[in-house]
Amino acid sequence: MSAFLLNRLLQSIVLLVIVSIIGFTVLNLMPGGPLAQFGLDPGMTQKDVERLAAQLGLNRPLWMQYLDWAWRLLQGDWGHSFRDGSSVLTVIGRHLLATLLLMGTSTAFAIGVGAWIGIRGATHRYSLFDYCATVGAMVALSVPTFWFGLIGIYIFTLKLGWVPAGNMYTIGDGSILDYLHHLILPSLVLSLVHVAIWSRYMRTATLDALSQDFVKTARAKGVSERRILLKHVIGNALLPMITLAGMQLPSILTGALVTETVFTWPGMGRLFLDSLGYSDYPVVMGLLIFSAILVLLGNLIADIVIATVDPRIRLA
Amino acid sequence: MTAIVAHAAPARWWHSRAVIRFMRHHLALLGIAMITLLVLACAIGPYALPYDSLHIDLRARFAPPLTGNHYLGTDPLGRDLAVRLLMAGRVSLAVGFSAMLLSTLIGTLIGVTAGYRGGWVGAALMRTVDGFLSYPSIFLVLALAATLRPSPAMITVIIAVTSWMETARIVEAEVRSLREREFVQAARMVGLRRSHIMFREILPNAMGPIIVAASLAVARAILLEAYISFLGYGIQPPLPSWGNMLNGAQQYLASAPWLAIIPGAAITMAVTSFNFIGDGLRDALDVRNDHI
Repeated sequence: MSAFLLNRLLQSIVLLVIVSIIGFTVLNLMPGGPLAQFGLDPGMTQKDVERLAAQLGLNRPLWMQYLDWAWRLLQGDWGHSFRDGSSVLTVIGRHLLATLLLMGTSTAFAIGVGAWIGIRGATHRYSLFDYCATVGAMVALSVPTFWFGLIGIYIFTLKLGWVPAGNMYTIGDGSILDYLHHLILPSLVLSLVHVAIWSRYMRTATLDALSQDFVKTARAKGVSERRILLKHVIGNALLPMITLAGMQLPSILTGALVTETVFTWPGMGRLFLDSLGYSDYPVVMGLLIFSAILVLLGNLIADIVIATVDPRIRLA
Repeated sequence: MTAIVAHAAPARWWHSRAVIRFMRHHLALLGIAMITLLVLACAIGPYALPYDSLHIDLRARFAPPLTGNHYLGTDPLGRDLAVRLLMAGRVSLAVGFSAMLLSTLIGTLIGVTAGYRGGWVGAALMRTVDGFLSYPSIFLVLALAATLRPSPAMITVIIAVTSWMETARIVEAEVRSLREREFVQAARMVGLRRSHIMFREILPNAMGPIIVAASLAVARAILLEAYISFLGYGIQPPLPSWGNMLNGAQQYLASAPWLAIIPGAAITMAVTSFNFIGDGLRDALDVRNDHI
C-alpha cells in the first residue's frame, strides 16, 4: 500500500513540474511579459522598464526565471493582484468556496441521476428507455452549457418565476434556504453534461459486472435478481466510477466557469474572467496553476480512495 | 518498395463491411443529413436572403421571427438574424473543421512518435499529454486568446494546441500494440527507415481510431469556439460566429428570447451531428468503446 502511494505521489509531483512549465510558458507568451502593465503608463520611459526588469531579474535566462518563479510558488508567494494589491492566494481563497459548493452539488446530482440511468439502461438493455438514454446522452453532450443556462433562465425564471436568475444570495437575506434557492438552477445546468457522461460509463460498468462469474454463481445459487443487483453488481460497477470522478474534474471546472458567468456566481471562473478583463495577470496565472493543482489533487485522492476500497488495485 | 502486407480489398469501396455497417447506423445517417443541410444552408443561404449580414436598420430593431422578410427576426441593431446565422455558421464550421485537422495532425505525430519510439522519448511525450490534460481546457484557451490577437486563424491554432491530447493518447496506445506485430518486424528486417515504418506501415493500420477521434474532435472544437466567443475572447464582431451572436443575448432574454434560442440551437445541431457521425464511425470501424 505505501509503495503504491509513494509511486502515485511521485507521479503527481512529476506532473506538477510539467504543468508548471506549461503555465510558465503561457505567462511568457503574454506580449511584453509580466511588465506589460507598465507599457501603458505615461510616467514610465523605456529606460525605467529596463531598470525594473533588471531589478526583478527579468533579464536573466528563462530557465533561471522559471526556477525562481517555481521556488516562490512553492513558498506560497504567488504574487499580488494588480487590482487591489492583495495576495493572489487570498483572492483565490475568497472565491474558492463558491465554486466548490456549485461543483459539489452538481456532481452529487450528476452521480445520483447518471448512475440510476446507467444501471437501468444496463438491466433493461435495448429497451426503449435504454435507447432514449443513449441518444439523450449524445444530445446532452452536444448542448453548450451557457445556452442550456440561458434557456433555463428563460423558462424557470422569466416564464415560471420559480428560481432567481443569478447571484449566490439575496442581499439582506442570506439564510440557508435562500442560498439553496439560488443554487438549484446553476447546479442543474452544470450537471447536464455530467449526467450524460456518468450514465454512459455506469451502463458499461454495470454490463461488465453483470457478466462476471460471481453473478453467475449467485444466480445458480438462486439469489433473486434484485439482491444480485444491490449486493453484487452496483458495488462493483461503482468502483471504476471513483477514478472517473477524478478524471472529470477538468471538464467540471470548465463547465463551472461558463455556468458562473451566466449566473453571475461569485466563484473562481467568474474571478478568472474578471481578471482577464482587467489584465490582472498575476491572478490569471495563479488561477491557471491553481486549477491544474486542484485537478492533480483530485486525481491523487481518487487513486488513494480506490486503492483503499479495492485491494486488487494496490496488489497489481 | 512493394507493400509488405497485402490487404484483401473489397471489389468496390461501398461493398466494404465498414461502409455497410455505417449505413445501417440510423443516427449516423441522421447526423450526415443534418450537417449536410447546415453546410449547404451556410454556403448558399446568404445569397438567397435579401439582406446583408452587416446591414443595420435601426427602424427594424428587435423584430420577432417571421416579420416581413426577416424569417428569424432581427438583432438589437436591426440586422437580419437569418443571414447572420448562416454567415456565422461559415465561420464556426470552418474554425471547428480546421482546428480538428490541425489537432489531429499534432496528436497523430506525437502519438506515433511516442508509441513507436517508447523509452524516455515516449514517456516524456505522454507525461506532457497528461500535463496538458490537467488544465481545464477553457482556462488555457482563454488565457491564450486574451494575450494573442484573436483572429479566426489564431483561434483555430489556440483550439488545436489545447485539444490534441486525446488523439495522441489513442494513437499512442494503438501504435504501441501494432509495433510488435509481424508485419512491422518484417519491415524492420527488410531494413526500412524508421520514418517509413512509422508513417507508411503502422499509421495506415491505426486510421480507424484516428478517424473516430477526428469526428468527435470537430464537435469539441465547435463547442470550444462557441464558449470562448460567447465569453468575448473568440471571434470578434463584426465578424459573426455562433458563439459571439449569443454574447449579448442574455440581457435581451426577456424581450427578445429568439436572439439566444436560435444560435444556440444551431450550435447544438452541428455538434450533435458530429457526435452521431463519430458514434456511427466507431461502430463501423470496430473501435473499442473506451471513450464516450
